[in-house]
Amino acid sequence: MATLVERHNVKQQQLRTHREQSKAEGWRRRAPLLPAVIFVVVVTQIPFLVTLWYSLRSWNLLRPDGNIFVGLGNYADIFTDSTFRGAALNSVIITVGCVLAAMVLGIVFALLLDRKFRGQGFIRTLMITPFLIMPVAGAMLWAVSMLDPSYGLVNWFIGLFGIPAVAWTSTFPMFSILIALVWQWTPFMMLLVLAGLQAQPKDVLEAAQMDGASWWQTFASVTLPQLRRYIELGLLLGAIYVVNTFDHIYLMTAGGPGTASANLPFYIYQRAFLGFDIGQAAAMGVVVVIGTIIIAVFALRLLFRSFDIKD
Amino acid sequence: MTTKLETPAAGDPSRSGALAPPTATQPARPHSPASKRRMSSSLLTALTWIVGLLFFAPVLWMVMTAFKQESAAASNPPSFFFEPTLDQFRAVLDSGAGVYFANSMIATGVSTVLVIALGVPAAYALSIRPVKKTKDVLFFFISTKMLPVVAVIMPIYVIAGQIGALDNIWTLVVLYTAMNLPIAVWMMRSFFQEVPAEVLEAAEMDGAGLLKTLRIVLMPMVAPGLAATALICVIFAWNEFFFALNLTAATAPTVPVFLVSTMTSEGLFLAKLSAASVLASLPVVIAGWIAQKQLVRGLSMGAVK
Repeated sequence: MATLVERHNVKQQQLRTHREQSKAEGWRRRAPLLPAVIFVVVVTQIPFLVTLWYSLRSWNLLRPDGNIFVGLGNYADIFTDSTFRGAALNSVIITVGCVLAAMVLGIVFALLLDRKFRGQGFIRTLMITPFLIMPVAGAMLWAVSMLDPSYGLVNWFIGLFGIPAVAWTSTFPMFSILIALVWQWTPFMMLLVLAGLQAQPKDVLEAAQMDGASWWQTFASVTLPQLRRYIELGLLLGAIYVVNTFDHIYLMTAGGPGTASANLPFYIYQRAFLGFDIGQAAAMGVVVVIGTIIIAVFALRLLFRSFDIKD
Repeated sequence: MTTKLETPAAGDPSRSGALAPPTATQPARPHSPASKRRMSSSLLTALTWIVGLLFFAPVLWMVMTAFKQESAAASNPPSFFFEPTLDQFRAVLDSGAGVYFANSMIATGVSTVLVIALGVPAAYALSIRPVKKTKDVLFFFISTKMLPVVAVIMPIYVIAGQIGALDNIWTLVVLYTAMNLPIAVWMMRSFFQEVPAEVLEAAEMDGAGLLKTLRIVLMPMVAPGLAATALICVIFAWNEFFFALNLTAATAPTVPVFLVSTMTSEGLFLAKLSAASVLASLPVVIAGWIAQKQLVRGLSMGAVK
């Protein structure tokens, strides 16, 4: 009898120490992670909570006395603000347009580069350069040297074919911005697709050729399905960056003419730093974040599948 | 288009391998399939060169303009032949560009070191001795990259103003570290996952602690990965404009702010602006050219090898 009780006690003791040990082990594993997590939480999440707080207040920096609680008033204003809707639409057009066009061009460039020819490395180096140019420099290069109505290179070029000069950034502001953005992001897509092409097992391609498949048949039924993972990844990562585009709009059109080419980041910036309307701008920021989260939930599922991450 | 592209895939020796007879050794008769294939292959090469050069042309134009006098830079029609001059580069360096470059170097250099110091242990905890809920932590890190920057700029501006951290380069250092840390964690994790488990077990058997294992066993194995991670952090920090524009004024502005100021403050001097753009872009362009392989892996946050 006594031995039974003893044995039970010993077992309890062992369990307890085991549990304590695994707890300590858990913290030992977590310790290297904590500094990074805490840093990111403090620098990105806490300001966002403050944004939430600001969004409930009517606060214009030019009128310091007017900082009062207005509940959801700022949010109600957003839904009657047609400029906000226009900026939201522009954000979608810029993001989807840029990412898709850059991907199509990227695939074409990658296919051209994925064969042995004289100067392959040199041409690849030239082609990735637009992505490495500072975006501010790239935006100004397009706005001034390339698209300027009187001495821009593009108007000179179309002039050779008898097409009259066009004031690109004021007549076609969205198109001009898209051109500069696509130029910058095509190398990004090209590099990802090229990596996908080079990871292709060569024997499958050979088998397709032995079966007498044409180039297009091989591309559509063998290459493209294998590239899918790379294309999805490029579209997703590209969209994460392009949706936050600010530099090109600030420098090429300043959102104009009027607000014709303002996207959400630029419009919110205008409200906050030129209109000093902190409450309103904060509420817009929150709406953008909510929209982003909805899209991100779907996007992340894709991302985790691409990266092959399991629980 | 399709007919042009059809044959070269078959004519490409790397693709067809041993299946097709090596075309070069056969004396090809005119109009034989082999010579036709070779012709379309060189056509495709020419097309690739043309497309590549056209795509690069804006960069070339920027570099050419940087070596012009202002009158030649803004001429209509554009001047393709001119006497190159270094006047614009001299003018840029004389207009106080040094301060901006020094600020950019501090913001980029220090934030990259901090990102590596914080990100490597975190990646270790998410790959080699994974914590529970690794997926949730990774989700958290990447979700901060999806949050639009505009949603946090106002509190950062107000708080920085209250604690006297506006126009201070260290504010940018902190923000750039937070901006790049999630990318670095994902990238370093993918590199750590390639380290064979036996190596780590051996280190553990020898009784090496975490820091010692990291330093002596892991670091040499993931050194290329570390270089790729640092490269991506440098690119994003060096090119960052939004925070620099809104949070700096006279003492802490970085190179992108300098570029904008050359355009707005003195009217438009196209050649000088081009020279400044060339100088501003040069560090990242050269780093990217050298590390093309690492660039792919870095841009995909480690997913593409």
